[in-house]
Amino acid sequence: MKKIVLMLLSLVATAAWSAGDSFVNEKAHNNIRSMDSLRRGAQTFVNYCMGCHSMNFQRYNRVAKDLGITEEEMMDSLVLTDARFTDKMEIVMTKEQGDQWFGKAGPDLSVIAKARGVDWLFSYLMNFYQDDKQANGWNNLTLPNAAMPHVLWEMQGVRKAHFEEVTDEKGAKHKEFKSFDQVTEGTMTDTEYRDLVRDLVNFLDYSSEPARLIRLSYAPWVLLFVSVFTFLAYLLKANYFRDVH
Amino acid sequence: MNSITNNEKGLMAWINKRLPVTQFVKDHLTEYYAPKNFNFWYFFGSLALLVLVNQILTGIWLTMHYKPDGAQAFGMVEYIMRDVPWGWLIRYLHSTGASAFFVVIYLHMFRGLLYGSYKNPREMVWIFGMIIYLALMAEAFMGYVLPWGNMSYWGAKVITQLFGAVPFVGDALVEWVRGDYLISDATLNRFFALHVVALPLAIVALVVLHIAALHTVGSNNPEGVDIKKHKDESGKPLDGIPFHPYYTVKDIFGVGCFLLIFLFIVFVKPDFGGLFLEHDNYVPADPSVTPALIKPVWYFTPFYAMLRAVPDLQMGALVMLLAIVVLFFLPWLDRSPVKSIRYRRWPFKVALGLFAVSFCFLGWLGMQAATETYKMMAQLFTVYYFGFFIWLFLYSRNEKYHQVPERIEH
Repeated sequence: MKKIVLMLLSLVATAAWSAGDSFVNEKAHNNIRSMDSLRRGAQTFVNYCMGCHSMNFQRYNRVAKDLGITEEEMMDSLVLTDARFTDKMEIVMTKEQGDQWFGKAGPDLSVIAKARGVDWLFSYLMNFYQDDKQANGWNNLTLPNAAMPHVLWEMQGVRKAHFEEVTDEKGAKHKEFKSFDQVTEGTMTDTEYRDLVRDLVNFLDYSSEPARLIRLSYAPWVLLFVSVFTFLAYLLKANYFRDVH
Repeated sequence: MNSITNNEKGLMAWINKRLPVTQFVKDHLTEYYAPKNFNFWYFFGSLALLVLVNQILTGIWLTMHYKPDGAQAFGMVEYIMRDVPWGWLIRYLHSTGASAFFVVIYLHMFRGLLYGSYKNPREMVWIFGMIIYLALMAEAFMGYVLPWGNMSYWGAKVITQLFGAVPFVGDALVEWVRGDYLISDATLNRFFALHVVALPLAIVALVVLHIAALHTVGSNNPEGVDIKKHKDESGKPLDGIPFHPYYTVKDIFGVGCFLLIFLFIVFVKPDFGGLFLEHDNYVPADPSVTPALIKPVWYFTPFYAMLRAVPDLQMGALVMLLAIVVLFFLPWLDRSPVKSIRYRRWPFKVALGLFAVSFCFLGWLGMQAATETYKMMAQLFTVYYFGFFIWLFLYSRNEKYHQVPERIEH
């Protein structure tokens, strides 16, 4: 019995541990119903991400419709290529070029929030640091040895990561992250930068499933309808079964 | 009013002369007598039918917008989610429906275990049910490959690899199943054909046989007593009520309860935390990138845990196969004359409870990375899974039980 209890306990412990495989130390706390946040996120996305990352399944006009942006505003401030209003948010760089120039082409970001989760994305964009050993001069705690440089460095500033060597239970030594040291200040305060990243992650979250805005708005009505239906069905059933003894 | 009735009568008479529709309705609905004491567990049969219809209808509409093409399949799903009007709803009804199908079927099967519904004279009902379960597993597996995500790809690779465990012809068989040396466009195409035509046809035919076999011998009930033993002067079972209107009306209430949960998931949490739609499947299929943890969808994980619990792949595949095959023999493994758990004593109750718990635990273990501890636990639960059937065979021969009443008293 004792053995079983111990085994069950170890099960719970390992489950908690395995959840932290990838270094995800921040929560995004984004809200896809905030149109302002989504619009700011869209702006950041086209300005900073779309140089290398496509969003092949998302259309400009869909973004405009969902975010309450007029066609004129969209074409003026968010469509930076010669794309038309109804086009998909594609980029000119091919996968082969990306592989050649960066070692690995940036993935399409249409459904990245579904694949990675918003907390992972938020942590990833928060956890860049300067690393001279890397070809592009940057490294990342969440995705070590990432091919992507810190595109938002001007805002966050340059940071170095401070590691300490620790010995684990098995006697193996490995480096553990301790803290970031700010090397140069960014153009934004920490809070401002977090808001920028949160808005960007929010836009990625929305883009991974634009229909979420619709389905969440339908949900209460659908469930209310089914509740009433079920209640009436129950009354009908109870009435029929009155003569079953 | 009169003339309308007469007209209907006339028309019905005309039809009935050529096709006995009225008799069919009587035999299977208005004069099919079911025990009056069906409880919660008896909702799942009609719910399985509801989910089957949902899968077929939403499946037809998905097929209208999907192309089984290795270069386009992943994008087709996103096209359905974004550009097809209401495509997201159709797709979520289908993907949630797949998981709901297994929830309903597992509960439906467990009901059979609780009340001994597989026993004489319902062995055929059970066997057809088991074949449906097998067909459903194949159907679900192939459907899972169609979105062409990375987990689709690697899942398909691992599962088709299992055919390699067949002695002598294994490798040739794997190639034959895939239609290529590896998972490719050819595999996607044939899985599409099987998923949308062959298997649904088979499942519908099997469901007809399942119900035909059931209606031949009549339904069991939570008391496990035979209602046909006591009939009134006109030959109607005293403890039976006509399926229609009583159980059609009751099942509509069951449908309402089911839809509340089902539609909540569809509208609010269709990914179900990565359990119904897995995170790794939002990455397009990529033969060069292996997902960190390859695992099937939750409804296969109990068997997947058994596969991994055995160190040898060939033996593991055999154990997995046996885990399903053994269920076919349940009507003959359980030799107790008593059907319902209500009149069996505590050893059976405890053993069955632990069986259910171990099956769920195996399911959970199948979703985790296989560490040594987990492997050991999976081995333990696998042994219990098979042990249950061996124990049941030996124990049920001279089982002590409570007196079963003649009629349904409550």
